[in-house]
Amino acid sequence: MIEFSEEAMREYQKILSRYPEKRAAVLPVLTLAQQEFGWISEEVAEYVGSLMDYPPADMKSVSSFYVLLRQKPVGKYHLEICRNVSCWLRGATGCMNEAKRLLGVEAQEVTADGLFSWDFTECLASCGTAVAMQVGNRYFEDLTPEKMGAVIEQLRKESAG
Amino acid sequence: MGKQILLADIDKPGLDRLEVYRRLGGYKALEKALEMEPSAVIDEVKASGLRGRGGAGFPTGMKWSFVPRNTGKPTYLLCNADESEPGTFKDRLLLERNPHALIEGMAIAAYALDCHLSYIYMRGEFGFLIKPINRALGEAYAAGILGPSVLGKDYALDMYLHLGQGAYICGEETSLIESLEGYRGYPRIKPPFPAVSGFLSSPTVVNNVETLAALPWIIENGAAAYAAIGTEKSKGTKLFSVSGHINKPGVYEVDLGYPLLDFINHECGGMANGRQLKAVIPGGSSVPVLRADECDGVLLDYESLAKAGTMLGSGGFIVFDDTVKMPELLSVIADFYAHESCGQCTPCREGTGWAAKVLHNLIAGKGKKTDIDLLLKICDLMEGKTICPLADADVMPIRSFVTKYRDEFEALCTS
Repeated sequence: MIEFSEEAMREYQKILSRYPEKRAAVLPVLTLAQQEFGWISEEVAEYVGSLMDYPPADMKSVSSFYVLLRQKPVGKYHLEICRNVSCWLRGATGCMNEAKRLLGVEAQEVTADGLFSWDFTECLASCGTAVAMQVGNRYFEDLTPEKMGAVIEQLRKESAG
Repeated sequence: MGKQILLADIDKPGLDRLEVYRRLGGYKALEKALEMEPSAVIDEVKASGLRGRGGAGFPTGMKWSFVPRNTGKPTYLLCNADESEPGTFKDRLLLERNPHALIEGMAIAAYALDCHLSYIYMRGEFGFLIKPINRALGEAYAAGILGPSVLGKDYALDMYLHLGQGAYICGEETSLIESLEGYRGYPRIKPPFPAVSGFLSSPTVVNNVETLAALPWIIENGAAAYAAIGTEKSKGTKLFSVSGHINKPGVYEVDLGYPLLDFINHECGGMANGRQLKAVIPGGSSVPVLRADECDGVLLDYESLAKAGTMLGSGGFIVFDDTVKMPELLSVIADFYAHESCGQCTPCREGTGWAAKVLHNLIAGKGKKTDIDLLLKICDLMEGKTICPLADADVMPIRSFVTKYRDEFEALCTS
């Protein structure tokens, strides 16, 4: 059953209070919904639509414009590796190949245990510390293909304990 | 080299905390501004010669002066913290280390504009900055710097963090506004300009992080002091984000007008691994590339870089040595614009994707020499024919790479 928890509801009200018009709260509310439910499914879009009184298709349409609002499930740790200029110079492609090899999945596919997925992303504003990767609200920088294994293991350990 | 205005205290521990920021002189400029008439604050910023530091370089005071007064509508100030231009990471540094400089700058700007509600539109990828920025805002509210009575004066200001969710185009000011309103980030045609009709059809000013963070120094030290730095038309300092095949990547504050080659060889430590400079992109991937032999005599300011056929842009300064293959590099850039095109305008939606495909084909060894001319033709079909400049931002690298390094593209061709 897709529904905000009490805490999420409180956050929802706080969000609304920051904007002079309700529509301006749409993106932050979709973000909150993704935090709660993992990704923007049809059901989540319906729920947000009913909460804010907008058509579900409208909510899905807005969400689909933004790369960080997921249109399908991602792993608990979604490895987004920058493929842009400075990271490309420093081995981003190699890092992505390592992610694929170590995790055994193609880009955007989730590992069987649900822990990992990976994809390319665009410039993360880490060009001086390339190669950069985003995982949720964290950055991993100065990456090399050789370091990818250690990072993945670190995340796996975190998940376990 | 370099008056340290923006980076003066950047390494001081705890600068992101109000107590430290205040101890170092923070919020004195806001106090001073609140004693001035708002129009006097605008005049001061005009006189300083400060230009927008996000990429367009539009005179900041002039942009502010376009806001009509007494319309009966609220005026909004939006900080553009959507930093996504490839090669650029200077706003991130300011957000991370000196959020109070931004808050103070925004408060000064908001006061000048008679604005009582402002937002920091920050890219969602900066998730690690949500707590720190909100903490800084919380400190400001608790200290009466924000809220119903700014520093005890009869002036109310609210300031909130608003997160983007992954879209380069939302760094374009009308797209930012559209996104803030709760829609897909489609840019709007101008006119009307945001100053007249922006967020919720109200007067709106969008300023870059670096632009706003420079305001406290300007108010504290005066416009003349700022205008004494730099060149005749490029006043003050600019943050350059340096990366690529360079010994010392990082963010540097440069007096505008400093020689480009000196910057590479002295401040930035020269080329990594003792290799030769082949090319430099001085202002983010959206600006034309400079060949190494085109760099002599070029200065780091708006006019000199424009005269050299490129742009200062965001100051995203990427340096390439002789190991780089220009067609492959261009393909990385072209893929970016194809990915980030919002899709609204046919020339851009189709052209960016088409150019990216042609380049992939060429690099795979399946291209013909006519494909190189096709790339230039696609540029003509895109340039100047769209609602926003993303298409132009794709054209500038494609055209400059193909024109200046044609031999490398021809070498990939089968016929």
